[in-house]
Parts: sequence; C-alpha cells; structure tokens
Amino acid sequence: MDITRLVSTHRKLLLGGFLILVLIFLATFPIWARAYDVRVLALVLIYVVLAAGWAMFSGTTGYMSLAPAAFFGLGMYAMALLQYELPFPLVIAIGGALSFVFALLIGLVTLRLKGMYFAVFTFGLVVFMTEITQYLETRLLGKHGQAIIPIDNQTLFYIMVGVAVATVLVTYLIRRSRWGLAMLGIGGNEEAAEHMGVNTTGVKVFTFAISAAFMGVAGVVAAPLLIYVNSNIAFSLYYSFLPIFMAILGGMGTAYGPVIGAVILGYLDTRLRAQLFNYFNLGFGIIMVLIILFLPKGITGLVPMLQDKLGGAMRRLRKGDREERHANT
Amino acid sequence: MLAMGLSLQYGVCRVLNITHGEFVMLGAVLTYLLSSGLGLNPLLAPVILGPLLFGLGFLLQATLFKALKARAPSLAAFEGNALLAAFGVLYILEYVARISFGSTLMPSYYLNVRVSVAGMDFILNQFVAFGIALALGVVVYLFLNHSRMGKAIRATAEDPGTAGLMGVNTNMILPFSFGLGALLAAVAGTLISTKTAVSTGLGFSNTVIALIVVVLGGLGSVPGGFVAGIMIGIVSQLVAGLWEPILTVPIYYAMLMLLLLVRPTGILGKK
Repeated sequence: MDITRLVSTHRKLLLGGFLILVLIFLATFPIWARAYDVRVLALVLIYVVLAAGWAMFSGTTGYMSLAPAAFFGLGMYAMALLQYELPFPLVIAIGGALSFVFALLIGLVTLRLKGMYFAVFTFGLVVFMTEITQYLETRLLGKHGQAIIPIDNQTLFYIMVGVAVATVLVTYLIRRSRWGLAMLGIGGNEEAAEHMGVNTTGVKVFTFAISAAFMGVAGVVAAPLLIYVNSNIAFSLYYSFLPIFMAILGGMGTAYGPVIGAVILGYLDTRLRAQLFNYFNLGFGIIMVLIILFLPKGITGLVPMLQDKLGGAMRRLRKGDREERHANT
Repeated sequence: MLAMGLSLQYGVCRVLNITHGEFVMLGAVLTYLLSSGLGLNPLLAPVILGPLLFGLGFLLQATLFKALKARAPSLAAFEGNALLAAFGVLYILEYVARISFGSTLMPSYYLNVRVSVAGMDFILNQFVAFGIALALGVVVYLFLNHSRMGKAIRATAEDPGTAGLMGVNTNMILPFSFGLGALLAAVAGTLISTKTAVSTGLGFSNTVIALIVVVLGGLGSVPGGFVAGIMIGIVSQLVAGLWEPILTVPIYYAMLMLLLLVRPTGILGKK
C-alpha cells in the first residue's frame, strides 16, 4: 500500500479527524488529568495564543513586531485593576478591546517605519510600558505589583481553549482570504502590493490590532493563573521574544505551525523555568540560537523537505523497478 | 561611548546587536573581579579584557552571524534573524555570567576621592571616566576616518559588494568591526565599574540606552551616535535633577518616538 498517496488523497479527512481528536482531548482533559497539569496546559494555551497571534501579523507581512508583551501586559493589568469592579467575562472583553485600540493607535503611528525601525520601536514600547506602569503604580496606588484573586483553573482552562481555537481559526481564515494574500504581498514587496491596489496601511494596522486583541485577552486570563503581577512580569520582553521563537520553531508557513512550536516550548517553559531559572534561561538562549541557525523554516518547514526526499527515494525505487522489467522483456 | 560600538556593529555588519549591554556587563564585572582579586588598577583592566572581549565579538560575527547571512534570502530577512539570534546570545551571556559570578555582586568604588576645582566638589573618578570616554571617542573617529583599516571599514559599511571587489577583505573587516564594537563596550563597562556598583544584571538596561542613543543618532552613523549620546546624557541629568529619576527612560523613549515620527532616519542618519 502506498502510504504517501493515501495521505495525499484523504488529506482533508485525516486533518479533520485529527482536529476532532485534539478537541476531544482538550475538552475532556480536566476530567481525567491532575489539577496541576490543567494549569500547565492552560499556560501552554496562553503561549499558543501569543505565538499564533504574533504569526498572524508578523509571519506574513514580514514586519517584526516585538510588542506582544505590551499587549499581553496590558491585558494583565486590566485584570489586576478591574478584578474587584467588574465580572470576569466583562474584563476579558475590556482587555481585548483595550489592546485592540492601543494597537490601532500604535499601528497608525508606526506606519511610516520600515524594517528594523519598526522592530526597535516596538522593542522600546515594551520597555516604556514597564517603566511608565511602575511609575504610575507607585505614584497613584503607592505600591509596586498587584495581587490577583485566583479563579478556578478549570474555568480558565476552558476559556483558554476557546480563545486559542478562535485565534488559530481567525489566522487560518485570514490566510485563505484576499486579505491574507494582500498581507503576503506586503511581505513580498510592499511597494508592488500598493501599486496593485492593495490598501497596505489598512491591512497592516487592522491585522496588527486584531492580533493584539487576542494577546490582550490572553493577558487577562493569564493574570489569575500567575496570581501576582507587577510591571516587570507583565511587560517582560521574554513574552515578546518567546512567542516569536515558538512561531519560528513551529514554522510560519502554515496556520498550525506556531501552535506546534508553542506547545513544545511552552511546555518546557512552564515545567522547567520556575525550578531551574538560571540554567533554563541559559538553555533557552542556546536553543534560540540553534533554531535560528538550523531551523529557520521551523518544524512544519521540515515536512515538505522530508516529503521531497522520501518521495524522491520512492520514485527512484519504482523507476528502478520499471527499468528492470523493461530489461526483462 | 556606549552607543558608538553598537552603531559600528549595525552600520557595518547589519547586526542590531542587542547583546551589547551584556558586553558592557562582562567588562564591568570582570574589571571588578580582576581588581579586587588581583589588586589590579581598574583602569588597566581593559588591557586584558579588551582583547578578550574583542575576540568574543570577532568570533560571534565570524561564526554565527556569518552563517546566518549566508542562509538568509535577503538583507531584511538577515537583519530580522540576526536580531533574534542576538537575543539568544544575550540570554547565553547573561546567564553564563549569573551562574559563574552569582547575581548579587555589588560593591566597587574606586578613585572615590573628592577634589575641589574652582570651589566646586567633584569626584575624581567621574573626571577620569569622562576624559577616557572623550579621548576614546576621538581616537575611534580618527581611526575610522584616517587609517587604512578605518577606510576599509567605512567602505564595507557603504557597499560590501563593491568594497570586496576593490580588494577589501570583507570576511576580515566584518568580524573586526564587530570585535571593535565589543571592545568599546568592554571599556565602557570598565568605566562604569569605576563609578558605580555593578552586577551581572546590568546588561539589559545598558542595551536599551545604547539602542535609544543609536536610533536617535541614526542607525549606523557613528558621529550621529556621538551627538545623540551627549544629548541623552544632558537630558537624563535634567530629568533626574528637575523631575524624577524614574522618568528618565520613559522620557528617552518619548524623544525616540517623536524623532522616529518626524525624522525616521535619526539626527545624522542617511536614507
């Protein structure tokens, strides 16, 4: 039986089946898993949202945004400051909306910046947020850092499943729409895309804002999982770079690539970072360099390469077979 | 001074080296270790540290960033990848330092002698640090503008392809300028360690300041970096003196934001 042909003809069916399995796994997970694992998986899902959200904008347009931590932290702080005033679902909506508007403003301001300048701007933005929050917090509230009332981990988990699925779905839908093509055009050659009638500004800013909204929501849900938030945690550049590496490790050529990367690195992060802080971060640095050097297309980028090689080998085998038969007749 | 090295690295190698602050940190911490362990005069430390960190920077460019450049399809892709790889290196350097030197290293005051000049009190080490920074700035400027090597470096920054055709050994120039940047960072670190207490965690804040200065001055423009550095120094003193010290970094950033909007290429940057 030819496995490659089986896979290629029933590709949609297999993929659908696999997705359903994943969803069933996620839906039943809190029932049979330990409470600790539920928390770990909820954190991993937060990383999935960050990585997929980052790839949604930067993966296709090629604009490297280092701002995820700014939106993520904004969500966390929305939760920290509004937790007593408003019900949780409302805070989630506000966190998302806040990040959306903020990203819209940032996007409109940074339009003119190209390449490295955009990266530097967003890099600075995160540092700025850290400092200014710390200043405002100590000035207005007289303390540094906010305690957050924990919420049942199972609820948070299900919310995160919903948000993660929505993020990936939106990424997928954008990718296969005209809009996604416009983004790819911007990534390929922005000037050319503009001349072809693509509203580059609108596409860029709007996608940036949508991805930010998801990150803001992730921040709101992350706050009660972490229990305590301060400006250095919420706006840590770590949350900007980690999603990028997740997306690159997974591969940005597909909608699900970042998810794979986020699951791998996110799991390692939640399990090991707290215990082995120094060694984990050292290993993190080494892994990052290796990924950039040897896996710039990511794990999903490996698949077509392997398929090529395998397919080539098989074809050669079959060809050899046929030639032998030719020789016999 | 901080910014000059970074500017050189970006201008010539096109690597936005966010590990720059870590080199400063290594310079500062190793100076402290050398002087407290061996009783060496801290101002002599760069004699040992300089070549060491120069070598480290040289190796980084000669191996990692060169390999990245060979693989990247375009200059923009290379710049992005290099930034990410540099972030990885930042983690490696910082945590190697933390693991081997601990993270609570603090004290170190040298030349802490007050001198009176024209009726005003100054601390001697600030004079020394300022003098050395200024002298080094001039030396680097002269080196880049008048020596054969400096001309080769500038030619490579302008157009690596043509420079290579003209007989400049770009394979040599790129790591050399990267190493030079690292060396400048190390000397800056030494000077910092003579002025204030140091720890293995000081790298990142220095990176941020250097980055802001470099972008203000125009990415890749060495004199622009020098002007912006002086400007930033004055602003920081003004803000800390008249307002609140905590606000200095937000103010830097506000300046940066304004400048990017008005003139995206920096004060003396070229298009």
